Amino acid sequence: MRARAERKTVWKYSLLGVLAWVAIGLVPDTAKAEYADVVINNYADAAGMRPVVFPHWYHRVRFRCKVCHADLGFKFKAGGNKITMAKIIEGQFCGACHNGEISWSVENCGMCHSCIPGTPTHISGSTVQRLVAPAYKALPDNQKVQ
Amino acid sequence: MKYMLKMIAASVALSASLVLPTSVLADANPVVMSAVKPVTSAEITGSVPQQLSVSQANVFNRLLKKINDPNAAPPDDGIHDTTNEPTFSLQPPKVSYEGLPTSEFGNHIDWVKAINDGMINPRYDIQDASVEPFVMDLDIVRPVKASVPDVVFPHRPHTQWLHCSNCHPKIFIPQRGANQINMAAILLGQKCGVCHGKVAFPPTTKSCKKCHSKEKPDDWKPPLSEASSKNPWR
Repeated sequence: MRARAERKTVWKYSLLGVLAWVAIGLVPDTAKAEYADVVINNYADAAGMRPVVFPHWYHRVRFRCKVCHADLGFKFKAGGNKITMAKIIEGQFCGACHNGEISWSVENCGMCHSCIPGTPTHISGSTVQRLVAPAYKALPDNQKVQ
Repeated sequence: MKYMLKMIAASVALSASLVLPTSVLADANPVVMSAVKPVTSAEITGSVPQQLSVSQANVFNRLLKKINDPNAAPPDDGIHDTTNEPTFSLQPPKVSYEGLPTSEFGNHIDWVKAINDGMINPRYDIQDASVEPFVMDLDIVRPVKASVPDVVFPHRPHTQWLHCSNCHPKIFIPQRGANQINMAAILLGQKCGVCHGKVAFPPTTKSCKKCHSKEKPDDWKPPLSEASSKNPWR
């Protein structure tokens, strides 16, 4: 009787294992975006806006890390800064440059808010993401927020 | 006159002797002559079919994701919304990377070389373009227990980009022997992994030697673990 029960659990776990492998195989390849592009979706989706894509490469050509990460106080964490449009308009975070003086102003909504809706906050091409977190899966077309 | 004829005859004979053996060989063994296309012995004997029917389970790199275009333009990169019009006015990375030194990982750009060669000159101050960075040239050697080369941490390229306060004292305590670093922590985004693997060059097989750059001394031997030194059957 006991052996039979054990046999049953073995089957259960091997079936689970097979299912896990199938699930891994079905995850689409989304590692195409430029390395270190940050998607920020703390509040955007809930507010009916597209999430923000921050292109690290574009900014590092123009500024050293120190400018944003020491002077402007950006933390080394995707989504860890709780940036809101109110803070930007007050001149904090992105607003320190994106004020129409150093760079273009906040009326160009779609230049930052350009990500596919529903994308979670992450850094594209991140080692951590590749190793531990599940790969991002885009929403099917009928569920997308337009 | 006779002498000249003799010379001509000799030269003809010489050239014939050079050409003949190859032509004879070509007739005898056509496989040797077709050097452009390498021919395997299996092909000659016909032991292997022309088209190998390898099942999908046995293909090369079946778990590796091949990225065809690592620097795709925003509309093609899979995270930008193509129904958003300004997506198409964003600068494609390749336009910006024109002429920059390349590398094999990350953005596929060697950013430190780009800054050292003067290809780019990012601002150190938000307003003033003339502010020079406070660069510290100090290499820290970190011995590694395993057999891989020791780590040399160069302050120079880091201080070209960053400020001391970015790393010290929150991520690294500025004191010898005070920081425990291992690759697992780095791969999970701690210590060096706060930047390396997210924005600075990632820890990949191709980039090991960028940090593990100081060869072990010739007489170095891997330390024996306690279990193996106590092993009675050793």
